[in-house]
Amino acid sequence: MKLTVWTYEGPPHVGAMRVATGMTDLHYVLHAPQGDTYADLLFTMIERRNHRPPVTYTTFQARDLGADTAYLFKDAAMAAYERFKPEAMIVGASCTAELIQDDPAGLAETLGLPVPAIPLELPSYQRKENFGADETFFQIVRALAKPMEKTARVTANLIGPTGLGFRHRDDIVEVSGLLMEMGIEVNVVAPMPASPSDIAKMGQAHFNVLMYPETAETAARYMEREFDQPYTKTVPIGVGATRDFVNEVAEIAGIAPVLDDSRLRLPWYSASVDSTYLTGKRVFLFGDGTHVAACARIARDEMGFEVVGLGCYNREQARMLRGVAKEYGVEALITDDYLEVERRIEELAPEMILGTQMERHIGKRLGIPCAVISAPVHVQDFPARYSPQMGIEGANVIFDTWVHPLVMGLEEHLLTMFREDFEFHDDAGASHHGHKAKLRQDDRSKTETPAPDTVQTGTGPIEIVWLPAAEKELKKIPFFVRGKAKRNTETFASERGVSEISVDTLYEAKAHYAR
Amino acid sequence: MTERFAPPPAHGCSKTPVLKERGQHEVFCGLTGIIWLHRKMQDAFFLVVGSRTCAHLLQSAAGVMIFAEPRFATAILEETDLAGMADAQQELDRVVSELLTRRPDIKQLFLVGSCPSEVIKLDLATAAERMSAQFAPNVRVLSYSGSGIETTFTQGEDACLAAMVPVLPQTDARELLLVGALPDVVEEQAVGLLEAMGIGPIRILPASRVSDEYGIGPNTQYALTQPFLSDTHEALQRRGANHIAAPFPLGEEGTTQWLRAVADQFGVSDTTFADVTEAPRARARKAVAQASEALRDKSVFFFPDSQLEIPLARFLTRECGMDAIEVGAPFIHKAVMSPDLNLLAEGPTIAEGQDVDKQLDRCRAARPDLTVCGLGLANPLEAEGMTTKWAIELVFTPVHFYEQAGDLAGLFSRPVRRRDLLKLEAAE
Repeated sequence: MKLTVWTYEGPPHVGAMRVATGMTDLHYVLHAPQGDTYADLLFTMIERRNHRPPVTYTTFQARDLGADTAYLFKDAAMAAYERFKPEAMIVGASCTAELIQDDPAGLAETLGLPVPAIPLELPSYQRKENFGADETFFQIVRALAKPMEKTARVTANLIGPTGLGFRHRDDIVEVSGLLMEMGIEVNVVAPMPASPSDIAKMGQAHFNVLMYPETAETAARYMEREFDQPYTKTVPIGVGATRDFVNEVAEIAGIAPVLDDSRLRLPWYSASVDSTYLTGKRVFLFGDGTHVAACARIARDEMGFEVVGLGCYNREQARMLRGVAKEYGVEALITDDYLEVERRIEELAPEMILGTQMERHIGKRLGIPCAVISAPVHVQDFPARYSPQMGIEGANVIFDTWVHPLVMGLEEHLLTMFREDFEFHDDAGASHHGHKAKLRQDDRSKTETPAPDTVQTGTGPIEIVWLPAAEKELKKIPFFVRGKAKRNTETFASERGVSEISVDTLYEAKAHYAR
Repeated sequence: MTERFAPPPAHGCSKTPVLKERGQHEVFCGLTGIIWLHRKMQDAFFLVVGSRTCAHLLQSAAGVMIFAEPRFATAILEETDLAGMADAQQELDRVVSELLTRRPDIKQLFLVGSCPSEVIKLDLATAAERMSAQFAPNVRVLSYSGSGIETTFTQGEDACLAAMVPVLPQTDARELLLVGALPDVVEEQAVGLLEAMGIGPIRILPASRVSDEYGIGPNTQYALTQPFLSDTHEALQRRGANHIAAPFPLGEEGTTQWLRAVADQFGVSDTTFADVTEAPRARARKAVAQASEALRDKSVFFFPDSQLEIPLARFLTRECGMDAIEVGAPFIHKAVMSPDLNLLAEGPTIAEGQDVDKQLDRCRAARPDLTVCGLGLANPLEAEGMTTKWAIELVFTPVHFYEQAGDLAGLFSRPVRRRDLLKLEAAE
């Protein structure tokens, strides 16, 4: 039993719904009690889909449990077929139905439906949403796709996009464009927006572009094995990754790499003097493994940030992300407990968070700017405008999105100069934000309470006391760097065995850490 | 006292045969009520014993993380709990001990049953008794089921309140008990009006703190403020309390009749009643008239959601000039719903339960001017050119009593006005 307040991922059948809702002419019959229909609103409200997800819930009730729930499943499956006439169906159980063991797979078989009914085994009490999507897509591919003669021209499948995916809609367009520039046609994009008959044609592509390992890696491996289709390992998020991706595709396809970067603006925007203020901004990244790994590279190599911590909530990517973390000299936080993420962010006191919808709330509470880089996301992360994360335009979008929450360059200096001005003081926040960010709680409580802090050193804890004058000086430092200044000064003091921090100590530490 | 309204219809819908449907239900489960109950009961914590789906539902229904560390959580059952490798009761004890250590501000804990906990027959009632003994007198532990196999949406609140009734002390005091979790602003208005008539003492179920609680007994007079509280109603009956039957206090007419029924029980004179209600009635009438202009002579179709559908249909047909085509409710308890059904003129189909695809067929065929439905259906129907009002807003917005009557009409008229406002075509 695990106490959970907020979750990063839904149950695995929601992953299956993301696949089904992304596809066309496929119907999902889900053995589930009535409340499970809540998941429809994720698609109709958060993603603003204009159709109901193609899911029929059997809606069993307590009074059915004593009798026969199996017939409910059969009736629902038959009625769904008759009404929607899909090309194929997927059948499975949600967490509750898994317990009553009605065996939807076996029941579906006995119905003699004239279309394939693909059974899903999604262990609700062990696995989560991404697994559910990955497994569902794999089962659909396994059931419907067959080895085929390859197309005459070089073609590729794009795999991984699903309903409710973070910018999947626009990434498809961007990646299709990258391939088109190299003369490579897209064979099938799946699961979203493919139909079962599209899936059946997947075998004719020369290779697969694995856009999102979270939702399509198992299928990619299967197709590599069965259809002799290699798949790409680079996810083209960021300038460097996009260039690497183009080279990787060229190698797989045996053609020369081509990339039209005439629309690429990130490198110049990042080099222009207004971006100097981005230098060394301390960022913390959290999300799904794929997006975090890609964004860490952008943060460090393309924005000039300092990555002070990173992590992911999906254990499937833990190993990969630990490797990435090592490169950045940090320890990866692998957890799906958002309170743990919040604690880590509080400890690290970064100047910016690149995270999910959850970290946006953490940032709001702690007064730390946050940009969203990964699912789970909320309605505002499904914008009306074209805003991919991948490819050339994705890089441009990322530059804008990440810079937006920050206080701008000259403004930052003015806030420092006039920090005690009654209107233009540091807690006034950035002028381009509608509402001001709150002071970081830890700063406030620690600077206002005279209680000494205890800092761990090699020889055991020593008590470090801030002298009143130093404390006052600390408050003059702008709030967005105060946490860092305080921590640096304490580390500096403890390393030297200094137990009282004076104004001099503060400025000696500042000189020591200057860069 | 309803002289300003049309007389009650000769034939209300009380005798109308109910279309009972059994099929896919597009509704929330009872766990959803935790979203508002945990704000109403400020010292309570709701611990759902369930699956990842339950946690995901609460998060999705709450619009994601409005609260830093909310006073609800899910104890997610894992493989080890189900395979009997861990004793689920012991695990629950561990989780609750940890929780109560971290949150010493919690005075009442609700163990909330879910579909999986019901199916594996995890006995939460016994667990609650055991824990109550262990943590007394600091924390009271109760249990109820919010599972989707037993409860629909607002029935979760009913189950919660019903669980609280048996533990209230016995009293012979003649007191008025208002039953139902209302937003504070509405509750204060209701209490203000009743106190102005000299009625009191007034008690509220649920009380906002466990220390505010009171006794129940044969002299307790209670009025329901929400239509979905039938189990609570029965629990109060078992305690010998007296039910004041009335239409629900939605709209000017409903509020007036509801207040009149309570006033009659406490011997309030017509003059006093008029003195207290005259001004807010006039305000409500004016506000409803303005807000309902766009609704006159339009038709409305209700999908089942919160059990508020019948009182709302009564309000829309009698005060806003609408025609009801179909009024679907998840359940219809005649014992509490009769006064509203009597006022709703014959004509609309009254439906209980749901087969969502069939109901969608009926709705499309009828092409109502306004469709009241859940979040899963609203955008798809809008995309088909239908105007919709998402029903959950009716539960999450202050809509009861006089001062909110105009807002209530406004919730329905806004989507209608919006459709008229938007000009998205090229100019001719």
